[in-house]
Amino acid sequence: MMEARKYVWEGAIPLQIHLHESEVTTLPPPLPALILAPRIGYLPLLVPHIKPHFSSTLPPGIDTVWFDYKGLPLKWYIPTGILFDLLCAEPERPWNLTVHFRGYPGNILIPCEGEDSVKWSFINSLKEAAYIINGNCKSVMNMSQPDQVELWRSVINAGNLEAYIRVSSKLKLGTVGDEYAADLYSSSLNSRQSIGDTDSTGQVKTGKCFTLLDAVKSLLPEYFPYKSLNNEESSREEDKDEEKVPSENLSEHVESCYSSDDAEVKLVRIQGIEPKLEIPFSWVVNNLVNPEHFLHLCVCLKLPQVKIPSDT
Amino acid sequence: MSAFPPWSWVPCPKQPWGASASHDVEGYLSLENIILSCYAQEEHDEISCPQKEETSCSEKEELIDIATLVQSNCSKVPYYDLHIIYSASYRVPVLFFRAYYSDGEPLGFNAIEKDLPAHSAKALLDSKWTFITQEEHPYLNRPWFKLHPCGTSEWMKLLFHVDVSVAKNGVTIELYLLSWLSVVGQVVGLRIPLEMLNQP
Repeated sequence: MMEARKYVWEGAIPLQIHLHESEVTTLPPPLPALILAPRIGYLPLLVPHIKPHFSSTLPPGIDTVWFDYKGLPLKWYIPTGILFDLLCAEPERPWNLTVHFRGYPGNILIPCEGEDSVKWSFINSLKEAAYIINGNCKSVMNMSQPDQVELWRSVINAGNLEAYIRVSSKLKLGTVGDEYAADLYSSSLNSRQSIGDTDSTGQVKTGKCFTLLDAVKSLLPEYFPYKSLNNEESSREEDKDEEKVPSENLSEHVESCYSSDDAEVKLVRIQGIEPKLEIPFSWVVNNLVNPEHFLHLCVCLKLPQVKIPSDT
Repeated sequence: MSAFPPWSWVPCPKQPWGASASHDVEGYLSLENIILSCYAQEEHDEISCPQKEETSCSEKEELIDIATLVQSNCSKVPYYDLHIIYSASYRVPVLFFRAYYSDGEPLGFNAIEKDLPAHSAKALLDSKWTFITQEEHPYLNRPWFKLHPCGTSEWMKLLFHVDVSVAKNGVTIELYLLSWLSVVGQVVGLRIPLEMLNQP
């Protein structure tokens, strides 16, 4: 189980960063910067590596760094891997982004003052996750200063999963069992009425368990209008224990037209992977969750063709 | 006498392309184009100035114009939009707000702090109960100011603890919101007319 998690933790996106043409003051214009961005990291954290590449050509002034993809200003508090999964339905390698050092669009993006802003946002998300799971943020707020520093360092130096697990396990955010019951501590798996036994890798030995498909159906019921009888039981359970594991359903990426009457889910991408929907949801959570303890599901929809009325 | 028009509910459909109606109706309570500062508190009338463009998800009820007062320095009066949005994660209401001058120019945090009543500025600085940050509005996708009432559910319980009938029968959403607003509103200088609190 550690292997899968480590593999995901070390995932990265190759980026090709172009300086916005309005900020190029020298000829010839600088070449784009090539950088490998950790999936679990954030774009502003890359700035110290990018800036040297362009600093000699920038116009005078104070830096207010922001990125755009094909003109869309990028939300800096969303992990890089998720931005990529959401915005590139067909993965672009390298991913071409534009960096700006001036003219921050303050009416569109919330302000970012470098690493501190990103860290604050990260801790805030972690608090939110703790609140959803435990009903309070105490474990996060009571983190010692050295623990906080080590936790944050383990995230920004994306290779250090061991350090992260060492600190985050103190937060008592638990791992998820298949029954999705209120108590998430793995030690009490045996005492619960189980509908399926699992071994450490999350493989189901007997019985039915809560799958990724079940989770997606409960989050986006409007795209699954016909519930089969088989799924009724697990869906009902989900309704009762909703939000026990925080999962964030981000704005769905909209695909081009499709001639059917209803919108439907075309694919679900998590950490760049399109897992088989029959996989136990507990495995997905325990292995694909982000460091702030949210599971990000990028959903691609197929939309029905729009019929335009011929007269008013 | 009510100083402000009533709050209106702005529903926000989950998906703009109209997926089959989900039974969950999301949205927020909105109170827009109001003046919170000393200008309003002296006169008890709403000062009307040219409306700025709105970006609501759907139609809103019209604000009631109570009276018109001509201000010599109209452009320097800050207007506020207040939205109350339910946080599913924290299961409490949260106040989002923004401020702008009549020409549409937005106010930054420092300017807002200067504009708020003196006692609420102090409440901000104490930041024991409240904390203002700039975050993305969950529906409008733009930066707004958000008031984080820390421990909302704790002090809401305290508020209702006193009333025995509430303990027995629970509390209506309206009463909850009024009580919540009576505390949160103080930070932004929003006064709740006493008549509202006397309703059964």
